[in-house]
Amino acid sequence: MDRKLLGYGALLAFGLAAPFLMYPVLVMKVLCFALFACAFNLLIGYTGLLSFGHACFLGTAGYVAGHSIKVWGFPPELGLITATLAAAGLGWAVGSLAIRRSGIYFAMITLALAQMVYFFFLQTPFTGGEDGLQGVPRGKLLGVIDLTDDYALYYFVLAIFVFAFWLIHRTIHSPFGQILKAIRENEARAISLGYDVAKYKLLAFVLSAGLAGLAGATKTLVFRFATLTDAHWHTSGEVVLMTLVGGMGTVFGPVVGAAIIVTLQNELADKVGSLVTTIMGAIFVLCVLLFRRGIVGEAMALYQRMVGPRP
Amino acid sequence: MTKSSDDDLILTTSNLTKEFKGFVAVNDVSLKVRRGEIHALIGPNGAGKTTVFNLLTKFLSPTRGSIHFNGRDITLEQPAQIARRGIVRSFQISAVFPHLTVLENVRIALQRTLGTSFHFWRSQRSLEALNGRAMELLEQVGLEAFANMNTVELPYGRKRALEIATTLALEPELMLLDEPTQGMGHEDVDRVRDLIKKVSANRTVLMVEHNMNVVAGISDTLTVLARGAVLAEGPYAEVAKNPLVIEAYMGTEQVTETHGA
Repeated sequence: MDRKLLGYGALLAFGLAAPFLMYPVLVMKVLCFALFACAFNLLIGYTGLLSFGHACFLGTAGYVAGHSIKVWGFPPELGLITATLAAAGLGWAVGSLAIRRSGIYFAMITLALAQMVYFFFLQTPFTGGEDGLQGVPRGKLLGVIDLTDDYALYYFVLAIFVFAFWLIHRTIHSPFGQILKAIRENEARAISLGYDVAKYKLLAFVLSAGLAGLAGATKTLVFRFATLTDAHWHTSGEVVLMTLVGGMGTVFGPVVGAAIIVTLQNELADKVGSLVTTIMGAIFVLCVLLFRRGIVGEAMALYQRMVGPRP
Repeated sequence: MTKSSDDDLILTTSNLTKEFKGFVAVNDVSLKVRRGEIHALIGPNGAGKTTVFNLLTKFLSPTRGSIHFNGRDITLEQPAQIARRGIVRSFQISAVFPHLTVLENVRIALQRTLGTSFHFWRSQRSLEALNGRAMELLEQVGLEAFANMNTVELPYGRKRALEIATTLALEPELMLLDEPTQGMGHEDVDRVRDLIKKVSANRTVLMVEHNMNVVAGISDTLTVLARGAVLAEGPYAEVAKNPLVIEAYMGTEQVTETHGA
């Protein structure tokens, strides 16, 4: 237990020092996608629901944050909250329809609904279509802290990430999380013990969508624009890749996965151009064939083999 | 039927029928399960036992007919609702939560009474208050030494015992057991049979069973199903002598099925 706290402490220290070691905007991008992947993992890893439309929550929140801050003149914190609520609301609508089915049908319904959302954003004028919603001011946090400074923004983003990560961690380790795991492990049995599994799945879906939205809204603030790419199904696929590479159903796996994928994409984009898609595909295949539990999952299994089974 | 005999019945079905695209899996089955008994539902493969079972627990809905529990019509209720009324089922293959510990498995069942199952902001340490009760239940089925083990590592017979402990946690009025000894070796069969006998005190058990040895030893009433319909009903000694039953079930299958297949 103490060792765990020590580990979190070390990571937090690294998080605090990171902008001086690396380009802050890149680290912020990693944090946004890490949060997105953690939110996604709450569904796939702890409830057993594969959503293939999570990009629509990231994208929607990105546009809502961008529009409310740029056009309505919301301060950044209110913009983020509005966007998160909008994504959670959309999550409630999509979730209510999708949880009526399971397995591949669930995935297909989420994909179909996410595509509808994508085309809506493509067509409506306020999003700027292919050009994206540009020129979103970062503004001042609580009217005091000027977020145009990358370092100030970085610590704000880090705080958002730490809060959201804590919330996900707590959800996983809560009475509610226990029931989610029970549903993942054996849905029919959970029903026969008297649980209305649909309600639990829906709440998990809304939480996941809301947190994915928080990631999307934060991303808009970092890059000063909201883009159609975030709502595209490629992004829904990427989050699956991040979660699998890092380790599905592990608390920290999605963070590691997101860090690897985002950094690789960033580094390789200039050097190999469109080959980057092929490289991502190869990583995916290797991951599924060689280490199915993901990097964190395999590392934990290795650690347990060395130390022996849990007491 | 008089009022007093109605009170003795915990579960009744009338003219229960289930058709799957023209195939009649369950045909006009009227069951009467008396309170406090162990009632067994037997029959050869494909007789419709599991379908009846799934109808009773609402995992399937009947084409025709009705189901009453304690005099209340439950035909249209949802499976989770039935469970909250006190009808708890087990499954043919072991129904545990494999990647949770043995203790957590029982706690999942106890947790509903706390009313905090939707509280995602609360620490799961709040569930530790249930550990005492969970350990008591594990002791009842002889699993206290395995409490912190990952359930997936338990041997098969122990998983069935855990399933019974989890079911008991809900204090069901009526326990529905779907082939509780299926796929077990001799010692496990005996252990589970004794366990069923033990936990049936103060409650009613309706079990689907293939293994005549288990049924003969402990059940008060038997219903024999064949091709979806009731062939015979009564105490074991009486049913076992029924020529129809001997022909449909025992004559052909007893020799091979007595060892639990």
